[in-house]
Amino acid sequence: MAQPIEMILLRQWSAYQALPVWIMDVHGDLLYYNEPAEELLGLRYDEAGAIHANDLAARFETTNLDGTAIDTEKLPIVIALTQRHPAHAEMRIRTEQGSWRHLHITAFPVEGLGERHLGAVAMFWENPDG
Amino acid sequence: MRVTLSGTRGSLAAAGPETVRYGGDTASVLVTTNGFFLALDAGSGIRRLGPMANGRKRVDILLSHLHMDHIQGLGFFDPVFDPNVEVHIWGPGSVRLDLEQLLGRYLSPPLFPVRIRELAAVVLHDVQPGSFQVGPFLVTADYVSHPGATLGYRLEHDGRVLSYLPDHEPALGAQEFPADPDWTSGHDLMLDANLLIHDAQYTDAEYEQRQGWGHSTFDHTLAIAEQCRVDRLVTFHHDPSHDDDMLDSVAAEITGRSLPFDFVPGRAGTAFDV
Repeated sequence: MAQPIEMILLRQWSAYQALPVWIMDVHGDLLYYNEPAEELLGLRYDEAGAIHANDLAARFETTNLDGTAIDTEKLPIVIALTQRHPAHAEMRIRTEQGSWRHLHITAFPVEGLGERHLGAVAMFWENPDG
Repeated sequence: MRVTLSGTRGSLAAAGPETVRYGGDTASVLVTTNGFFLALDAGSGIRRLGPMANGRKRVDILLSHLHMDHIQGLGFFDPVFDPNVEVHIWGPGSVRLDLEQLLGRYLSPPLFPVRIRELAAVVLHDVQPGSFQVGPFLVTADYVSHPGATLGYRLEHDGRVLSYLPDHEPALGAQEFPADPDWTSGHDLMLDANLLIHDAQYTDAEYEQRQGWGHSTFDHTLAIAEQCRVDRLVTFHHDPSHDDDMLDSVAAEITGRSLPFDFVPGRAGTAFDV
């Protein structure tokens, strides 16, 4: 089934972004990630395709900077999806290849025309200090 | 259903001796079945549909969006001034304003002498993505790629499908086109349509200068018609600078191709039984 136009345009926009971008639907499924996000996560969209919400946590472990577990509800993408407002956090994420990356993550909800809550977008900045 | 093109021009009416074959009026298409009268868009072409509504108690108009070339005929469509005709106007609101507020910007001084609330028996319906019934037609609407809130429509009746996307730029920003159907604007509205009326405003050279303006090239339109497996494509929303000779030339070139669907360049007055 075709995605809403708001999500299609976000995907097209993200394809031109040098920053890693995730686009998630309202259920938390990762619908699309752009080329910089492929590099960051160690996954190619053309090969892996969309990723179900339940598989995301298993594939990409996240922790606080000190290595302690993050409460899922405090993840920016979860806040954007469930509370429908922007959020920002700094955390570590383990890539598909097992390496840890120190990232800043900003997420915002996608609120379409007609007050349709369609999903969320997350953007990632790698901490230059590693 | 019977589908009659009344206005096929895009952006600006372009009446003149050089546009008599394709027509100079802006977007309006009449769809009738079993006596039900439905107009798609209310560009200047809707004026000629007024007399055809004589004697009817109800007329419906589906607006794809509220750019001037799709609404400027409303105030010249006789039924809106007839208290004996119920005129139902369906269309999109914007993020903050509803259909009445948006139409009121045009149907009020100084742009127009009559205010929308002074029209006789007009009923406005704000359309959201989804399906709804308009008389005998099951209408499915969805937002499509065009600046501002713009709906494409899919009309179904007796197992037949008419798809209407008069202003549509599905290729905008796409790194390959057509791409995955799930990520192609308007795909589900057009899929397996018996008749697709679709924007084909630009040549490739014109599109290079006008990306993001919300319109398609001839080749974009042919490609998406093929992807959506339509039976027949009507090119529509002709650029006001494209005269009859130019459009004939493009049509001849397209007709020479091997296409998996019937191709008909949109000419005002042409009718189709769907």
